[in-house]
Amino acid sequence: MSRPTDHDLDLSVAAMLRVGVTLATLVMLGGGILSLLHPWTTTPDYKHFEPGGPALRTLSGIARSAMHGDAQSIIQLGLVLLIATPVARVVFCVAGFARQRSLLYFGISSLVLAVLLYSLTKGGGS
Amino acid sequence: MTILVFSGLLFATSILAGFLGALTGLGGGVVIVPVLALLFKVDIRYAIGASLVSVIATSSGAAVAYVREGLSNIRIGMFLEVATTLGALLGAYLTAKISSHWIAIVFGAVLLYSAFASFRKKSDRVPAEAQAENPLAKKLELTGVYPGPNGGEPYTAQRVPLGFGIMFAAGTLSGLLGIGSGAVKVLAMDQAMKLPFKVSTTTSNFMIGVTAAASAGIYLARGYIHPTIAMPVMLGVLAGSLLGTRILVKTDVATLRSVFALVIVLLGIEMMYSGITGKI
Repeated sequence: MSRPTDHDLDLSVAAMLRVGVTLATLVMLGGGILSLLHPWTTTPDYKHFEPGGPALRTLSGIARSAMHGDAQSIIQLGLVLLIATPVARVVFCVAGFARQRSLLYFGISSLVLAVLLYSLTKGGGS
Repeated sequence: MTILVFSGLLFATSILAGFLGALTGLGGGVVIVPVLALLFKVDIRYAIGASLVSVIATSSGAAVAYVREGLSNIRIGMFLEVATTLGALLGAYLTAKISSHWIAIVFGAVLLYSAFASFRKKSDRVPAEAQAENPLAKKLELTGVYPGPNGGEPYTAQRVPLGFGIMFAAGTLSGLLGIGSGAVKVLAMDQAMKLPFKVSTTTSNFMIGVTAAASAGIYLARGYIHPTIAMPVMLGVLAGSLLGTRILVKTDVATLRSVFALVIVLLGIEMMYSGITGKI
């Protein structure tokens, strides 16, 4: 197979981004429709910050709660998919630079990926 | 206020913010945070959480349009993302350490700068400085070819360490304020590294999503991203910005740009005032 150019890489990345955003939007809309089944609930007070439980904050908590059909967690799952989209973009670039045999940019994009994965997995520890 | 009314109002406001953000090139984030904080009286941490996810959505959603122009430079973008993602980690860490008054004050300052920057002259040419040799840029492959009117014009990044440093600051602001900080990213590439303006803006768009994702993980774990606020904001800003981008190619928006810059200045002053007086 011939080595892809930077522009080929750009095109496949852009197509992937669009799929990610669309998928995230659909999941979010699904959760949104579910949550509007009770449209007359009064909005809680958002004036003061309240961290909320693991069902909205951790990947495992969101996944578990979304499986049980909790509307808020399904929206949150869509948001997680959205956050994962640029991460997938960097994974694409790591693979693309590897196929181009560009060692320098394989290394640089791997470093960016490492920072992103660190934030997603270890970021909560504060 | 019931959930339905609250979500509907947020959605409508976000469409407008995304629309104006795309038309002026400032991005929806710089508008939506002050509007949520000042108008909807939402805690600033929820506001920056909702803004950050909408920044990811607009950056990713617009990528297709930018790639078609073939102007973005994937290598320069990736190299500078090392700086912006590390900066974003620092910024997200700082949001928990400094008070919301300070976040509001810094936010106001960034708004004022963004409004000012939107009036800078935009050249369609490769700057003369970008044709000079630069050993460091060559080593890091920070070069490209700009499709000018008279065929391809090669360019080379200049002052790489300075650009990298400003990018780190852009990442920190993005993580601290939940915005794309496109204005600062363009400053690094266009002013410091002397890259052609359109290469700077399109590459910046690509970088914004990755930078935002670096702080989004931390925001999520801290509970800044609340579904009831983030969903209508993200959907509205995305819809508004897609609409704005479509109109942008057809019409001249000079007047609208001036009006919007004035609104941004007023929001910036109000944010700083609210921060100083302790209202936020």
